[in-house]
Amino acid sequence: MMGGQPTLAAYLILGAILFSIGVVGIFLNRKNVIILLMAIELLLLAVNINLVAFSRYLGNLEGQVFVFFILTVAAAEAAIGLAILVVYFRNRRSINVEDIDELRG
Amino acid sequence: MLITTILFYLFSAILLGSATAVITARNPVYASLFLVLAFFNAAALFILLGAEFLGLVLILVYVGAVMVLFLFVVMMLDINLTRLKEGFLSYLPLGLAIAILGVLELAVVFWTSPLGHVPAPAPIPANADNTRALGVLLYTHYLYPFEIAAVILLVAIIAAIALTLRRRQGTKTQNIDAQMAVRAKDRLSLVNLRGPEQ
Amino acid sequence: MWVFDWLHVFPPLVVYLIIPLAPLAGSLVAGFAGWKLQEQAHWAPLAGVAVAFYLALAVLFQTLHGQDFYGNVYTWAVMGHLQVPIGFDVDSLTALMLVVVTFVSLCVHLYTIGYMHGDPGYARFFSYISLFTFSMIMLVMSNNFLQLFFGWEAVGLVSYLLIGFWFQRESANVAALKAFIVNRVGDFGFLIGIAAVYHYCGSLDYRTVFAMVPHLVGQTVEIIPGHPWNVLTWIALLLFIGAMGKSAQVPLHVWLPESMEGPTPISALIHAATMVTAGIFMVARMSPIYEQSATALTVILLIGSITALFMGLIGLVQNDIKRIIAYSTLSQLGYMTAALGASAFSAAIFHLMTHAFFKALLFLAAGSVIHAMANEQDIRKMGGLRKAMPITYITFLIGGLALSGIPPFAGFFSKDLIIEAVGLSTLPGAGWAEFMLVAGAFVTALYTFRLFFMVFHGEPRMDPYTRDHLHESPWVITVPLIALAIPAAYAGWAYIGPVGLGHFLDSSLVIAPQFNTIGEIAAHWQGAGAFLVHGLEAWPFWLAIAGIICAAYFYAWRSGLPESLSRLLSPATWLLQSKFGFDAFNNAVLVRGAIQFGRLFWHVGDEKLIDGLMVNGTAFGIGKLALSWRRVQTGYIYHYAFAMIIGLILLMTYFVVWKG
Repeated sequence: MMGGQPTLAAYLILGAILFSIGVVGIFLNRKNVIILLMAIELLLLAVNINLVAFSRYLGNLEGQVFVFFILTVAAAEAAIGLAILVVYFRNRRSINVEDIDELRG
Repeated sequence: MLITTILFYLFSAILLGSATAVITARNPVYASLFLVLAFFNAAALFILLGAEFLGLVLILVYVGAVMVLFLFVVMMLDINLTRLKEGFLSYLPLGLAIAILGVLELAVVFWTSPLGHVPAPAPIPANADNTRALGVLLYTHYLYPFEIAAVILLVAIIAAIALTLRRRQGTKTQNIDAQMAVRAKDRLSLVNLRGPEQ
Repeated sequence: MWVFDWLHVFPPLVVYLIIPLAPLAGSLVAGFAGWKLQEQAHWAPLAGVAVAFYLALAVLFQTLHGQDFYGNVYTWAVMGHLQVPIGFDVDSLTALMLVVVTFVSLCVHLYTIGYMHGDPGYARFFSYISLFTFSMIMLVMSNNFLQLFFGWEAVGLVSYLLIGFWFQRESANVAALKAFIVNRVGDFGFLIGIAAVYHYCGSLDYRTVFAMVPHLVGQTVEIIPGHPWNVLTWIALLLFIGAMGKSAQVPLHVWLPESMEGPTPISALIHAATMVTAGIFMVARMSPIYEQSATALTVILLIGSITALFMGLIGLVQNDIKRIIAYSTLSQLGYMTAALGASAFSAAIFHLMTHAFFKALLFLAAGSVIHAMANEQDIRKMGGLRKAMPITYITFLIGGLALSGIPPFAGFFSKDLIIEAVGLSTLPGAGWAEFMLVAGAFVTALYTFRLFFMVFHGEPRMDPYTRDHLHESPWVITVPLIALAIPAAYAGWAYIGPVGLGHFLDSSLVIAPQFNTIGEIAAHWQGAGAFLVHGLEAWPFWLAIAGIICAAYFYAWRSGLPESLSRLLSPATWLLQSKFGFDAFNNAVLVRGAIQFGRLFWHVGDEKLIDGLMVNGTAFGIGKLALSWRRVQTGYIYHYAFAMIIGLILLMTYFVVWKG
């Protein structure tokens, strides 16, 4: 690590920490769907960093192709998730997760 | 190459800090803005790794489109923030424990497996064209997945519109079909006001 | 013989194939076209059986000249190593059985034309009896155990159909069911026996199995651990259980008297002359197996002699004309079985043959009487019929004398031969067996002539209308009577040498030297005449004469005496009238027990265990489980998310700690 580029492990640890932050975010903001969605974006970002790092260090461009597809799907997911949120808010005047328990057994 | 390392740690630190801010911010607007910052840093890291195209796409698509969408929704909805913050910290110990456990385990894996000792790659040549290389791969080998990704985006657009579309009562809108199908006799009717001639 | 010479143009196999197929064709024609043929339905079956009889005679002459056949015609099925062919084993034993079966069958076909005239099931009846003839021929011609079993079950099926022929009568249906179920018990043993044969010999082919038998001597099997049993004894006894069912030996005899609910031609053909002798035939055919087991032979000897005496005793107190003859059939089957036990296989087959003639004759004559009496079967309401029915009277007398063992009629020779052979047997219990058989000779004569005198002599006891309409039966009935009376009279004298003493059957039978009773008799053989003279000095003859005199005294001259005698001996009478309690035992223990068992399984097994515990219990348990487990589904998204994340971490921990 000294003097040269950061090692692959450094990138992977960064991804792991970022992923953990996303997980903690899900635990903390369990009631706020918007921040939940943002935490999910963080999780995906962590994965993306891993993939790009692999791509670079293993000399294989396909990792970047996967990042590309993940970005696409994440964008679609965010769009539909927010749309659902808007519709839900319109009906319930709330985005509190505790109000969303229609599936309770 | 020292500069690369310094930049890596700089961007990483800002990325992690802003990510932490995202999940702890009191106001969703702040959270969104911190997420934008996190994306910028991630993009910088991507570029450090030689993935210029993805870095730019991350900024354009995520910062330019997705995060704006987030902000838009956050500001559009009238959210009762106090209720959402109830019991904010009650799950913190469990979350932290799981997060730390996860990081430790991953670290163990990285340092004990060959992954941790991958030699640093050769420096990227100055004339390397990441965008072109990615494009060649996407438009040849990954053509069908690429097309499918496009369709997925289209479906997402249609779905989002279909979900949020609503017709309010009393709004004045054009009915294009009716306009096109109209005939002269539908528009004009002659009425005899004088009554029959005597 | 010149009448069979032209048959040489056919390959022998064609002749053998036509013998079973001709009656089958007749049966099919009568069965499927019977609705159209109506009163003419008898022609096809009659022709089929006549062809079979003619060819059977031809085959008999061929075997007399040593032309045997053994081979397969067609492979029915192949299951792994088990080949199931349709094949024929035509030797002297088979040829003799073929002639007996087809001859009696032909007589009965002819007789049926008159007897069943006007019955709504006329065509159906002909279809059944031709089918029976086919099945019986398949049984006796078989060269492997499975085809034997096919014939065995097929005759059982036809017997069931014919006992229940008048299906509107409840008693006929009950009797048919009883015959079927009791036979099933025997067939079960038979089937296990066949399975044991296959298990130990690896084949069902007669010759292969018989060749294997010497290798099985001394081999044991432990059915109850710690008690080794001889394999061949087991196989022999299991097969004999089948014979006990089919040939109505104690204690599986209970179905035969009931089977008299069927029409009389059936009683003559199936339940007297042919089908019930299938067990005797089978044991004789399996002589290589039986000769290796003294235990099995002893069992057979004792069961046969017990049947011979005690079933005859029951016959003394019956009043139904057909039932008396049925009990006499049981008794005579007992004689045959006892002969098998004494290794006198040829004597058993000889008695089978003579019995087929005189018992079919007696049944058909009884049928003629019943016909004349307008379906009255109670001998207490008959009497004095000899004037009205002279042909029936004479033929019945011949049959009765043959049955009682009076020389020179057929029964004398075959029965005396059996008693002689049993007397020479060295098996344990042979002394008792001989005593019972000799005593049986007296009983036989007594019940036969009790029947004879009550029906044909004495005062007429029927109502006046019936008495005025008494008449001799038409020629289709009397011709078979005469046809059967001829062999009943002379077959004993003529055939005791070749058939009874076994020179003719030698090629088909295997007799171990230590059991060779027939050989001993044959060694001192001086001809049928000397045998007859010798018989006149022996117990059985004089006991038979005594029986006839007793019957004449009691039932012809002093007809009041039996009444007071039976009162005097009321416990014995009661015992006989309750038939030694076999039916009562079966009803009380087996039937009632089976019903109780069924109840138990119904209430406990089905209602509680299957319905209660398994079907409803499963549903109830799953409902209960779901009721408690559904609380896992809180409906909160973050609970699901937490579950996923924690699960992911646990999985990762597992891989790092235990797999890393």
